[in-house]
Amino acid sequence: MSGNERVDVLIIGSGASGAAVAWSLAETKMRILCLEQGDWMKSTDFPSTGRDWEARRYGDFDIFPNRRGRETDYPVNDDNSPMKVANFNGVGGGTVVYTAHWPRMHPSDFKVKSLDGLADDWPIDYWALERFYDENDRMMGVSGLAGDPGVPPRHPPMPPIPLGKTGTHYAKAMNKLGWHWWPSDTTIATAPYEGRAQCINLGHCTPGCAQGAKASTDITYWPLAIRAGVELRTRCRVREITTDGHDMAAGAIYYDADGTEHFQPAEVVIVACNGVGTPRLLLNSASAKFPNGLANSSGLVGKNLMLHPWPMISGYVAETLDGGRAPITNMWSKQFYETDLSRGFVRGYTLQFNRGMGPANQAITSAAAGQLPWGRDHHRVYREMFEHRVGIGVACEDLPEEHNRVTLDSMLKDSNGIPAPRIDYTINENTRRMMEHGIARAEEILTEAGATRLFCSRTALNSPGHLLGTARMGSDPERSVVNEWGRCHDVKNLFIVDGSIWVTGGGVNPTSTIQALALYVADQMKRRLANLFD
Amino acid sequence: MDSNAVAGLSATEFDSLRDIAGAMIPADANLGAPGADDPAILDDIVKSVGRDLPLIRQALAEIAAKSSGAFAGLDRDKREALINGYYAGGGAAIVALGRVILSAYYRDDRVLLSLKHEARAPFPKGYTLEQGDWSLLEAVRKRPPLWRDDRKELAK
Repeated sequence: MSGNERVDVLIIGSGASGAAVAWSLAETKMRILCLEQGDWMKSTDFPSTGRDWEARRYGDFDIFPNRRGRETDYPVNDDNSPMKVANFNGVGGGTVVYTAHWPRMHPSDFKVKSLDGLADDWPIDYWALERFYDENDRMMGVSGLAGDPGVPPRHPPMPPIPLGKTGTHYAKAMNKLGWHWWPSDTTIATAPYEGRAQCINLGHCTPGCAQGAKASTDITYWPLAIRAGVELRTRCRVREITTDGHDMAAGAIYYDADGTEHFQPAEVVIVACNGVGTPRLLLNSASAKFPNGLANSSGLVGKNLMLHPWPMISGYVAETLDGGRAPITNMWSKQFYETDLSRGFVRGYTLQFNRGMGPANQAITSAAAGQLPWGRDHHRVYREMFEHRVGIGVACEDLPEEHNRVTLDSMLKDSNGIPAPRIDYTINENTRRMMEHGIARAEEILTEAGATRLFCSRTALNSPGHLLGTARMGSDPERSVVNEWGRCHDVKNLFIVDGSIWVTGGGVNPTSTIQALALYVADQMKRRLANLFD
Repeated sequence: MDSNAVAGLSATEFDSLRDIAGAMIPADANLGAPGADDPAILDDIVKSVGRDLPLIRQALAEIAAKSSGAFAGLDRDKREALINGYYAGGGAAIVALGRVILSAYYRDDRVLLSLKHEARAPFPKGYTLEQGDWSLLEAVRKRPPLWRDDRKELAK
């Protein structure tokens, strides 16, 4: 095994949080190295550059790693879960393959125990993160519209994505029902921004943006971090974090692209592999001193996995709408986000309004729903659906439960022989009631919009499976893995900055909060540099 | 080397695929839409099989079994009933077969033009998205805040 020159800070993972923390710490002038198991992406490789753009969503740009199966991916045993894992392994991580929908958590999301009497409070609140949300919005480049009564004040730097025909159709229905709606915040640039071109509507851009309009950290944070001196090393898959005789992290053992093993020593190690990759790494770092996995004296590493159940309800209207010619998301509703016990459940959900689909995905999705027949009727029915589709996602909050967890699979390994993660996950009764409530409201909206042929997928094709909660933060070392500023209770030079440190999950896409939290942890580290390990 | 050999399908499997694809999406002269058994589309389907080859072969074998090896000899109604029944029953094999056929079919120039859709990749031209009616937002702007302010609630 070869040894490398010691660095001050070793960051594992270059995605949403790893990039943000690298950029923030760069001003310290410490020697910072990031190890990333994937590659740099090239915009010319993104699906929208080719005629097979829709098919590649089910291939090398699938949001599920098991289906995607790139050389840079690791397998996940998700047999015992109704939802699948969404991730991407490459520079930028999950920000490369995501919808760019950009809601923040609500203030109530951080105080679930105090306000609603269940789960736990975060050790920090929304207001501690607010300036980091703002900073992150500037860094990623957010398009949206201030003045939304559904969320705390924020000021997106670019105007929102157009409503289009589809959004206008939804808006009329929502106004008739008297329910809240607002154009979504998104990290898709609607104007030239910091060297990025503006969106030209390349269809559904979840699998990467060839125009560079959709923010991913390979084109936002990383160029600035690298210019400031951070080193990013790709094709480096970390096997384990090692410790020294003082119970401090010594560095990490990783494999390069050729499968050669290296040891990278570091003064500080920051883990940024998100809610499945991080517990996998900590559990794979078990040693005689840490027999249950690194930083796991609480026994909570891998537990409390939250995935955001996300029913999808669709229908078809008589009018021709936008189809799949623009980014998929365009509006949100916070009408049912905050707790109202008369609904029969605690906490709530965001309604996320989607545009239609491209020609092939329209066919694939409606065939899978049993709505598109094969044979003579195929063309007639297809033409009634194509560019007439409306669809609403219900982004539900699932509460932390220890039996929902990430462990190491006893058999499955990645291409380097590193034990792969296994997830065990069930949807509890409170969340099920929430899902059914959201499905019924979505059906009301679609009906008001004139839609027929309604169809509900409770765990939808390509449902997101956000990865949260598996190394939670807290002030009590017996009930949490990291403290209120991201440092592991058990290992004082080991930090975690990704979605795994979430205490509760809210009912929103998580990337905005993951990055705000990473910037917050970096800020806390910078404030404590003189006594970081005390 | 022909494309079905590249995909790993035998000649018999290729013939079955052609018959099945044609039954799943037949040509419609009135719409100007070719069938999925059109040679160019079939060639694209075969080239697209890739990682789904085992599932595609399984689907072809199961359809052959359900038709006692005589799918092509069934009348049109029976072919369509068999396919629709098999697909409705679910299973990874037939879903994969459907996805591969649909993915190739709905990117064919003639099919897209029959749908009045541009036959091109999205990049670099992109598409136009109209602004829509922003005046509809006025009713929402007037609403009081919906979000819970924890500072106020916890101060009580």
